Amino acid sequence: MKLFYHLGRYFLLLRRIFSKPENHRLYFKQVIHEMDKLGVASLGIVAIISFFMGMVVIIHMTINMGNPLISDIYNSYTTRDVLVLEFSSTVLCLILAGKVGSNIASEIGTMRVTEQIDALETMGINSAAYLIQPKIIGMMLVIPVLVTLSIFIGLAGGMFIAKIGNLVTMNDFLFGIRYQFKPYYVVYSLVKSVVFAFLITSVSAYHGYYTKGGALEVGRSSTLAVVYSMITILIADYLITQIMLS
Amino acid sequence: MIRIESVSKSFEHQQVLKQIDARFNPGQTNLIIGRSGSGKTVLMKCIIGLIQPDSGNIFYNDQKFSDFTPQQQLQFRKEMGVVFQAGALFDSMTVEQNLKLPMDFFTNQSQKEKTDRINFCLQRVNLEKSNHLYPSELSGGMKKRVAIARAIVLNPKYLICDEPNSGLDPLTAILIDNLIREITLEFNTTTIINTHDLNSVMEIGDHVIFLSEGEKCWEGSREDILHTDNKTLNDFVFASELMKKIQ
Ligand SMILES: Nc1ncnc2c1ncn2[C@@H]1O[C@H](COP(=O)(O)OP(=O)(O)OP(=O)(O)O)[C@@H](O)[C@H]1O
Ligand SMILES: [Mg+2]
Repeated sequence: MKLFYHLGRYFLLLRRIFSKPENHRLYFKQVIHEMDKLGVASLGIVAIISFFMGMVVIIHMTINMGNPLISDIYNSYTTRDVLVLEFSSTVLCLILAGKVGSNIASEIGTMRVTEQIDALETMGINSAAYLIQPKIIGMMLVIPVLVTLSIFIGLAGGMFIAKIGNLVTMNDFLFGIRYQFKPYYVVYSLVKSVVFAFLITSVSAYHGYYTKGGALEVGRSSTLAVVYSMITILIADYLITQIMLS
Repeated sequence: MIRIESVSKSFEHQQVLKQIDARFNPGQTNLIIGRSGSGKTVLMKCIIGLIQPDSGNIFYNDQKFSDFTPQQQLQFRKEMGVVFQAGALFDSMTVEQNLKLPMDFFTNQSQKEKTDRINFCLQRVNLEKSNHLYPSELSGGMKKRVAIARAIVLNPKYLICDEPNSGLDPLTAILIDNLIREITLEFNTTTIINTHDLNSVMEIGDHVIFLSEGEKCWEGSREDILHTDNKTLNDFVFASELMKKIQ
């Protein structure tokens, strides 16, 4: 029963978020601001995570395919596909859900409990649209860029370990990552990331926006925001994969 | 003109407002007074539509507020200036940006005109030179004053203040009272002020409503207040020994 209540309120909030903006120029400025605050500020963590993911994945691939009958190019070939298909999109977004989701929920939750949202409403500003719409649009624009970067940085991490640990020769590595490249996989990955961006921002904003109480509840909202963003990401991952790849 | 008609509101375990009727005319300062917890803030939030009363109606110029669509309510609220009890400043913005937001949304003025208006409003609350501070860098009273400046920046038709001068020193408090009064007279605004400060009552109480435990228990002007035989109101007004002696 509770689930239907939340779903209903979530969709009503979405309708308010995407009602016509009062002032386009102001919203545009906000979108840029949010892209910077949520996206560009995540570059560091994205780079570190991706580099390590690439390193670990190629080690796994070399161990599991250490068979004289399988050419070494398959090590980097599979690393590439693993990164493109799941690690640089889904895993990365799960981690960003932790960072960005808690940030959004606590920011909006604090505005709720300190009556800043009430103040916006009494000024005649649609608080849901003004606060949340730029975040959703900003994240949907910036996440595909982060995912693309993550793929490249992940491959660089793999290459680094392949070289240092003498796992694969550079020639084989470079041949492998271009072998049987399917652009459709990248499309799939980017489509997923845009959907995840929408889910992270809207679900977290929902939890922040309906915070009741004080500072304690803001903390609770931001935990819930992360948990539910992650669950919805996993469900969406399954659905999109079912639709696009099978 | 704002009129409320038998407004009642309960929370889970208590009835906070009991059948309140009142009429607030433009061009005069209407005060709602009462002890802490008597329901002033809840009544104010009912008036501006942030809390839905359980029963009763709010009328703005004889239009029922609950009949408006959410879109119409937003339209309508552009003419409202509200000061919240805790200020409710946007803490990601500087003082100047706080005042500029409503102007950015609802006016087509140039940057220069906006800056002039902002400086003018800040000056009226004695806050020159604070333009670029963030709310976290302000004292409690300064926050209050910024909130008041933000509420008047668009020359509202309805000015609703929840304890605008609590936490201010007596001199600044009187300054704020007089500012609100001036604006009320100058622009013929409908002004409602929550307060439990007796100085304010004596200074600007054109029309005073006394709430006690959620009931309207007395109504009149500041002249009447000293000569009433209403026991609860007398206890409230002449709370201190000194005041009892004066009475
Ligand atoms: N959201 C709420 N949920 C439950 N009870 C509430 C809520 N808001 C207010 N109350 C109760 O309503 C009563 C009146 O509160 P209100 O804030 O209106 O008092 P007040 O007159 O503004 O007091 P003060 O002068 O201290 O600001 C209080 O007893 C309070 O506990
Ligand atoms: Mg109050």
